[in-house]
Amino acid sequence: MEVYLDNSATTRCFDEAAQLMMKIMCEEYGNPSSMHHKGVEAEHYIRYARETLAKILKVNEKEILFTSGGTESDNIALIGTAMANHRTGRHLITTRIEHPAVLQTMRYLEDQGFRVTYLPVDGQGKIRLEDLEQAVCKDTILVSIMHTNNEIGTIEPIAEAGELIKRINPHTVFHVDAVQGFGKCRIYPSRMKIDLLSVSAHKIHGPKGIGFLYVNDKIKISPIIYGGGQQKGMRSGTENVPGIAGMARAAELMYENLDEDVERLYHLREMFLQGVSKIEYVKVNGCSGKEGAPHIVSLSVRGIRSEVLLHALEDRNIYVSAGSACASNKPMPSATLKAIGVEKEMLESTIRFSFSIFTTEEEIRYTLKALYDIIPMLRRYTRR
Amino acid sequence: MFTSFLIKYAEIGVKGKNRYLFENALVKQIKYALKKCDGDFQVRKTDGRIYVDAVSEFDQEETVEVLQKVFGISGICPVVSVEDEGFEKLGERVVKYLDEVYPDKHKTFKVAARRARKNYPLDSMEINMEMGGIILDAYPEMTVDVHEPDIMLHIEIRDKIYIYSEIIPGPGGMPVGTGGKAMLLLSGGIDSPVAGYMIAKRGVKIDAVYFHAPPYTSERAKEKVVDLARKVSQYTGPIYLHVINFTDIQMYIYDKCPHDELTIIMRRYMMRIAEHLAKESECLGLITGESIGQVASQTMHSLMVTNEVCELPVYRPLIGFDKMEIVDISEKIDTYETSILPYEDCCTIFVAKHPVTKPNLKIIKRHEQNLAEKIDELVQTALDTKELIII
Repeated sequence: MEVYLDNSATTRCFDEAAQLMMKIMCEEYGNPSSMHHKGVEAEHYIRYARETLAKILKVNEKEILFTSGGTESDNIALIGTAMANHRTGRHLITTRIEHPAVLQTMRYLEDQGFRVTYLPVDGQGKIRLEDLEQAVCKDTILVSIMHTNNEIGTIEPIAEAGELIKRINPHTVFHVDAVQGFGKCRIYPSRMKIDLLSVSAHKIHGPKGIGFLYVNDKIKISPIIYGGGQQKGMRSGTENVPGIAGMARAAELMYENLDEDVERLYHLREMFLQGVSKIEYVKVNGCSGKEGAPHIVSLSVRGIRSEVLLHALEDRNIYVSAGSACASNKPMPSATLKAIGVEKEMLESTIRFSFSIFTTEEEIRYTLKALYDIIPMLRRYTRR
Repeated sequence: MFTSFLIKYAEIGVKGKNRYLFENALVKQIKYALKKCDGDFQVRKTDGRIYVDAVSEFDQEETVEVLQKVFGISGICPVVSVEDEGFEKLGERVVKYLDEVYPDKHKTFKVAARRARKNYPLDSMEINMEMGGIILDAYPEMTVDVHEPDIMLHIEIRDKIYIYSEIIPGPGGMPVGTGGKAMLLLSGGIDSPVAGYMIAKRGVKIDAVYFHAPPYTSERAKEKVVDLARKVSQYTGPIYLHVINFTDIQMYIYDKCPHDELTIIMRRYMMRIAEHLAKESECLGLITGESIGQVASQTMHSLMVTNEVCELPVYRPLIGFDKMEIVDISEKIDTYETSILPYEDCCTIFVAKHPVTKPNLKIIKRHEQNLAEKIDELVQTALDTKELIII
């Protein structure tokens, strides 16, 4: 049995999305900017995708900006806002547990002369609204808070934060990195006072290399990529038509039975956590119940290096991640785990399981059994 | 402009009656290396020299880069070859040559003619003088310096006439394949690829063995070793890389022996297995990247204890090198960047906080007896399940 539990790193593409893309690449391969029929055909896919995604978010279709994925969406959101509003203010706010796509971009903006406040989080990875309230000021042009943390699955109080930010400073732009939350939660930017929302397709069973940024029509941002003026000049470059169509199809499928699917994921997670609780010296990171994402479980397993546990599971065809996939090819302790106060020796012993709608109860049982076998064995051999 | 390279080889020039063997090996290695380049080439051996002639369009930079990795070559001279159409024409060609190669003429020069074809109307001295005059007439800013010229302009009169002045240094050493074969213990570290390079430089063909320990070492650690072997193979030619699964042996030693002796006993089993593979593939020795005192398992005492299990000679070309000297070579041969990728290798995963630095052979041997029950079987299994990667 092959058990893929690394869905926060990436997911298997829906067959339907892949087939649609194949058809577009081989048959309806026109450039949407072309005048002829082939161009029109391609443009239809883009328009349809815009409509689909706008409907899911309950926003206007003009407000969907296609990008190459989560990282680019975050970059445009942050740099684009900073550049367009630097005369209004030079203060930015984010959290200590953001994805590197946000954190590193913030570092870049610091070098450009912006001031950045990094909000701390509590032991479960949640920001405190009091901290946010204190941080927002007249000079604040942007607040960026992730919807769901990619390493521990904590869901941040986005709606409350949005309310709070706008109450203190109505001109502050609110960006939300929803790469892990989109497709698992219902997110409505206008209701939650979100101005910018980053989404990636390959985390929701769509293709890699495509994503989008929701951009509130009322805010001002500058482009960071220049060229042929596609997408109203906000993001030049021939649109990735197959990617866009595949992403829209995947999003449609994700939201078709969302409540039911999410219920089932929570059930699987509960079942997994129950099973894990029988293993000694294992700590669950992040929030329990519905305060945490339905598809992410982060465990610190005392006395075992995460890489070793990962490979031992791999031996049984179970694929997981050590910490967060985006950081785990570097020997760098995770900022998120540090921020929630995971003790030093557990930092390197933390492993992430992330489920998808394809995950089954049988797979969970198989994984638990593997953990029961492997953990005691690995604990026998340690550095002394 | 250049269509040929004159290949200089220093050391193999003096090998007496065996000379042709070395030259043939060098020609073979050059031909093999040039397969990687765009273009078609002919490699010929004439008058005690080796010429590489391009017989199609080719990329000079790429070709030189490849030739710079062929052991046995001490210098590569890009050569212009012309037909003999009289001395006057030759003078015109030489003047043009200098203009093409040296846009800035404020240089000193010396003509070094060599008349291998004795029926040429001028002798070497006459060519030197006449050609010097022609050059001085053409470029008054140039001056002659017979002791330390900026430009040593070689003119060789053979069937054709060859003009060259640049000598690009080669790697030196001797052509691979003239010195037998040895088994390299290749880890993912900085030292072992350098050790392999250095022995190969003396004309030795290389095979390699890597010990991996899943799940403690990752697939990427193995990939890294394959990448390193590939880099080394640019100099050595094809490498047979034996991958041995060492986990069970390591665990068994962990269970049965004192922890501070784990590494040293492990090393002894690695050497035993490497020697077994070496003998099987007709290697005449083992190669390691050890350097005295670098880590606990590389003290004189430890080396004596690990050496004791081998019958074959163990070559340790880095034995007197400092880490920085090794790093310099690894940068030169482009293995450094790969070596420092952070994947754990099987020597470090269970290493004791305080491993023995002065192991006592008698005690080590006594503790190895604890392994008597199963170790032969485990070693055999490891050998039976080895993976062979041809690089």
